[in-house]
Amino acid sequence: MVMGQKVLMKGNEAIAEAAVRAGCRFYAGYPITPQNEIPEYMSWRQYEAGGQFVQAESELAAINMVYGAGGAGTRAMTSSSSPGISLKQEGMSYLAGAEVPAVIVNMVRCGPGLGGIQPAQSDYFQATRGGGHGDYHMLVLAGESVQEMVDLTCLAFDKADEYRNPVLLLGDAILGQIMEPVTLPDPVDTAGLPDKPWATTGTGGLRRRNVINSLDLRPESLERHNLKLKAKYDRMASSEQRHAGYRIDDATLVLVAYGSTARICRRAVDLARREGIAAGLLRPISLWPFPAEAFEAAVPRAGAFLAVEMSLGQMVEDVRLAVQFRRPVYFYGRTGGVVPTPAEVLVQIRETAGACGASTAPAASGAARGGGLVK
Amino acid sequence: MKQVFARPRALSPGATHYCPGCTYGIVHRLIAEALDDLAITGRAVGVASVGCTVLAYDYFECDFQQAAHGRAPAVATGIKRTRPDAVVFTLQGDGDLAAIGTAEIIHAAARGENITVFFLNNTIYGMTGGQMAPTTLLGQRSTTSQAGREPGRAGRPIRVSEMLATLDGPAYIERVAVDTPAHAAKVRRAIHRALELQLAGAGFTLVEVLSACPTNWGLTPGEALDRIGREVISYYPLGVYRDSSAASPAGADAPGGISQ
Amino acid sequence: MSNPAACEPGRSDNVPATHELVLAGFGGQGILAMGQLLAYAGMLEEKHVSWLPSYGAEMRGGTANCTVVISDEPVASPVSSRPSIVVAMNDPSLDRFEPTVRPGGLLLINTSLCGRQARRQDVRVLEVPATGIADELGEGRVANMVMLGALLGATGLVGAQSVLESLAKVLPPRRHGLIPLNQRALLRGQEIAARHS
Repeated sequence: MVMGQKVLMKGNEAIAEAAVRAGCRFYAGYPITPQNEIPEYMSWRQYEAGGQFVQAESELAAINMVYGAGGAGTRAMTSSSSPGISLKQEGMSYLAGAEVPAVIVNMVRCGPGLGGIQPAQSDYFQATRGGGHGDYHMLVLAGESVQEMVDLTCLAFDKADEYRNPVLLLGDAILGQIMEPVTLPDPVDTAGLPDKPWATTGTGGLRRRNVINSLDLRPESLERHNLKLKAKYDRMASSEQRHAGYRIDDATLVLVAYGSTARICRRAVDLARREGIAAGLLRPISLWPFPAEAFEAAVPRAGAFLAVEMSLGQMVEDVRLAVQFRRPVYFYGRTGGVVPTPAEVLVQIRETAGACGASTAPAASGAARGGGLVK
Repeated sequence: MKQVFARPRALSPGATHYCPGCTYGIVHRLIAEALDDLAITGRAVGVASVGCTVLAYDYFECDFQQAAHGRAPAVATGIKRTRPDAVVFTLQGDGDLAAIGTAEIIHAAARGENITVFFLNNTIYGMTGGQMAPTTLLGQRSTTSQAGREPGRAGRPIRVSEMLATLDGPAYIERVAVDTPAHAAKVRRAIHRALELQLAGAGFTLVEVLSACPTNWGLTPGEALDRIGREVISYYPLGVYRDSSAASPAGADAPGGISQ
Repeated sequence: MSNPAACEPGRSDNVPATHELVLAGFGGQGILAMGQLLAYAGMLEEKHVSWLPSYGAEMRGGTANCTVVISDEPVASPVSSRPSIVVAMNDPSLDRFEPTVRPGGLLLINTSLCGRQARRQDVRVLEVPATGIADELGEGRVANMVMLGALLGATGLVGAQSVLESLAKVLPPRRHGLIPLNQRALLRGQEIAARHS
């Protein structure tokens, strides 16, 4: 593959390739639709890159293999889709507790239970609240395109190492299955990555033993550990908020959406602008930490917020927390694998704009041209 | 004066948390001796599991990872695959390995992962207070089989070594016991053999050690050792259940490691 | 990325040219490959493209379809419930997707395998005996390329040259010998479209 050149690539494969280029040298996974292209790609690519691939006997085993490899200092990754991610929660809690860096990919499908294999965003609570037991957080990153998922994959490995914490990449069935043009990053030299003096590489007789562990039976001592983790989460919360805005500077109705839904909302925003509705889009990229600071900038101008999700209403709770009752927050969601269309979102925009009196955009923005509904 | 007895260097100073009469300490000592004898403490990475071995990382002078319940073979797989020069071993009890961790142990064995599993079978859940384990003998009393294990309600005990020996993956499986000095000498030899095979790249090795749990068996330490010889060994016969190293060249099939 | 507008695509208030296509047929008819070639060719022509297949259990049923979007602006939704163009390579696909074509859109029908004509009056219809022509060319499996040729001829969505260039990139070198046959199939499809325009 030629470097720096655009290639047409499936989301799942692009994420796998990006991981290898980011220095991932261990992957363990278990088949589940719609993320199978990741283990399939890794099954040959890891060996080509001098790494290791294991098709595990279960998602539980896979995440624990990643715990072993990550604890031994190797950049390690696993991937799955919603039901499989539920099984991995145990391991994710241990990774967080033992401060083992790892990257976990969830190509979300619809639930609950076995649900279906179509796209959804119904794992938001699980992802952002810590789906496993105990007080912990993971950095949760959500892209909206194959290119952004590739970029975030690389970022995820760096941040996992930087914070010694698992990082969750949240996609959905669309982002996994779609083919889009993508420019891949240059491979990192794994020898040049920062040292991990805490890793279980063998003492070599040269140092005290390293122990990767989340157990501490002494309450005061475990509390100290948890407070240390909390300080880390606080650093992440203040430094790792990521978002993008679209036509937001003069927006009186601010849509909030992430992942695939955000691109659908962007189209709906354009359609609304043509009708003279001053809509804009605030797109969280980090779901944890939620980009609450961006809302501080948006609240003074916005008349209302409209959260759009492929769920029955999960991220909308973070929107409400960020808006803090200063403006009304509306919600539109589809579930069960149904993907909202730009036209459906437009209907919601019209209703919301009517309800909250979102003003017509200034003429200077070029609104109200164009031919209305195209879709 | 000639010193004839000393604490192995690989065994950490200090007391363990094990109950009086527990035989886990003997097994720890024998493992530490083997690490000393083979001069591999600096290359060793242990994996502690959940159960009475949960604090094992405090007892050895080598790197350690503590694993979730039953997952030690998966954790060991991740370590060994990415650190092929490390000598990776797990310490697992019978609840951990034969109940919640059955999938992990079977598949690590089937893949022929080049790791060593020390399986401490005392036929009971010790850490949680004496509940029935998959290895609990028929008629044996536990806090969840108070009238004795009854097969109609609770099924029959699993013979792990025999079961794993049906697989083509393992290189070496032996069941030993710590009830007598003569048997303990065999434990020592089995531990050495397993680690030497790992060093040779032979693949998956497992040593099952029949151990005593006087506390949860409701016996004195001496009675508990007697019970191993009297009841436990007759259901779990001692011996080598697999030794493929003689048949095929060492390391022929064991998964390789990451190139560093 | 904390700079709000920095990584967002440019805005546009002009109605941009966006084509949403659903290609459908049996598994084995090269439906997914046809879509990929189209998307690849669009990318080579610097357009924004996406390709989204049907996947999972649906695939096992023997039907295959994919959605391709080719646009002057970043692709918003890679899913389309009202495509502007539908290609139906067999009867079940015609039944399922004919009703979804946007009014004024285009419906291409593989008449070799479809037992009925189009029912919609408000869409353009192009009948292409794709499988028959492919058989004439001596290789039934290039029916997808005949249909793709007709699609290009009828819409000018991307250039045939871009499709051939894509084919050279997608096919492993050992199979480049198949390119001339595919080129002939593409040409025959274009001729059909020309006759009907």
